[in-house]
Amino acid sequence: MTTRIVELRRGILKKNDELAAGLRAGFANAGVLVLNLVSSPGTGKTALLELTLRELKARGARVAALVGDLETDNDARRLAASGAPVRQINTHGICHLDAEMIGKHLDGWELGGLDYLFIENVGNLVCPSSYDLGEAIRVVLLSVTEGEDKPLKYPTMFNSADAAVITKMDLAAPCGFDRETALRNINEIRPGMRIFETSAKTGAGMEAWLGYLAEQRAGRDH
Amino acid sequence: MHELSIVASIVDTVTESAAAYKGARVVEVRLRVGALASVVEDSLQFCYGIATEGTALEGSRLVVNVLPVVMHCVPCGADVELEGVQSFRCPKCGEPCFDLRQGRELEIEAIEIDEMDEVEEKR
Ligand SMILES: Nc1nc2c(ncn2[C@@H]2O[C@H](COP(=O)(O)OP(=O)(O)O)[C@@H](O)[C@H]2O)c(=O)[nH]1
Ligand SMILES: [Mg+2]
Ligand SMILES: [Zn+2]
Ligand SMILES: [Zn+2]
Repeated sequence: MTTRIVELRRGILKKNDELAAGLRAGFANAGVLVLNLVSSPGTGKTALLELTLRELKARGARVAALVGDLETDNDARRLAASGAPVRQINTHGICHLDAEMIGKHLDGWELGGLDYLFIENVGNLVCPSSYDLGEAIRVVLLSVTEGEDKPLKYPTMFNSADAAVITKMDLAAPCGFDRETALRNINEIRPGMRIFETSAKTGAGMEAWLGYLAEQRAGRDH
Repeated sequence: MHELSIVASIVDTVTESAAAYKGARVVEVRLRVGALASVVEDSLQFCYGIATEGTALEGSRLVVNVLPVVMHCVPCGADVELEGVQSFRCPKCGEPCFDLRQGRELEIEAIEIDEMDEVEEKR
């Protein structure tokens, strides 16, 4: 018997990373800005997207959405009400989206005809941080009802995000939301990250958020 | 949370690599896991025991080497190791750090295998 050490140096998520890199190149080529929205279940991803799709469409932008959901198609139906093309990705219990699922669900879509593609990830602040979907911007959401220490509890997710949205701001006062602490915690985990504060109920903060989207879209246009 | 699918991917990769060695038995699998890789070692170990049953990896050890987060600090002009993942400030000068240099790794570093010798093989 001979004992042998074999160096592998193999990324465990290499397949996903490669697929995501391919998607990213395709999105850039087509000139579509792709955003991956992540949060806990119930934070308000679908509610923010409902408003966002409607407002962007009203401004003449071409938008579409992919929605990951464990079992139902409720979110996809809510988003389709905006009139934008929406596809549901039913993960059948898998707690995150991966690049392969995204690739499969893009079949037949003319990406060159889109300005923005939004991906609503499965509600989970853990694994989606490991799975690159080829997005240009990863947006992490937290609601005022979840506690200001969420960024400290899920540093991996907050550190991997490019922008943060604090949702349900209309409930900030009744919930005793400590805004300063929440902002400080986000900044501690991801210094300098852009932070938006919105309410899907009142529409507060939507202008700043939509402005950011337009600016990011323009910044990447060639 | 997705430890089971990570372990399944480890089993696939290692089985494939070990197949190049005749009659080899996998003794150990070594991982490099960044502190920001969002995998939990206990849960990995638990899934590993289950997922390796009936494979070439059955009975092997899983060794998880956790790598600390390393950021580049601009004021210090150096790569600095963070003490944890609760604050992304330079431990030397206290300034916020933006540039991650290590911490998201999730890879199989190496495997240790017992290979059958020629003589044994002939018996
Ligand atoms: N008051 C208030 N409720 C909201 C807001 N955004 C979402 N919700 C509610 O929170 C619940 C979960 O929202 P949803 O968009 O489905 O969350 P998701 O799981 O992240 O997609 C729903 O009952 C929404 O009506 C908000 O800005 N203000
Ligand atoms: Mg939803
Ligand atoms: Zn998962
Ligand atoms: Zn420093």
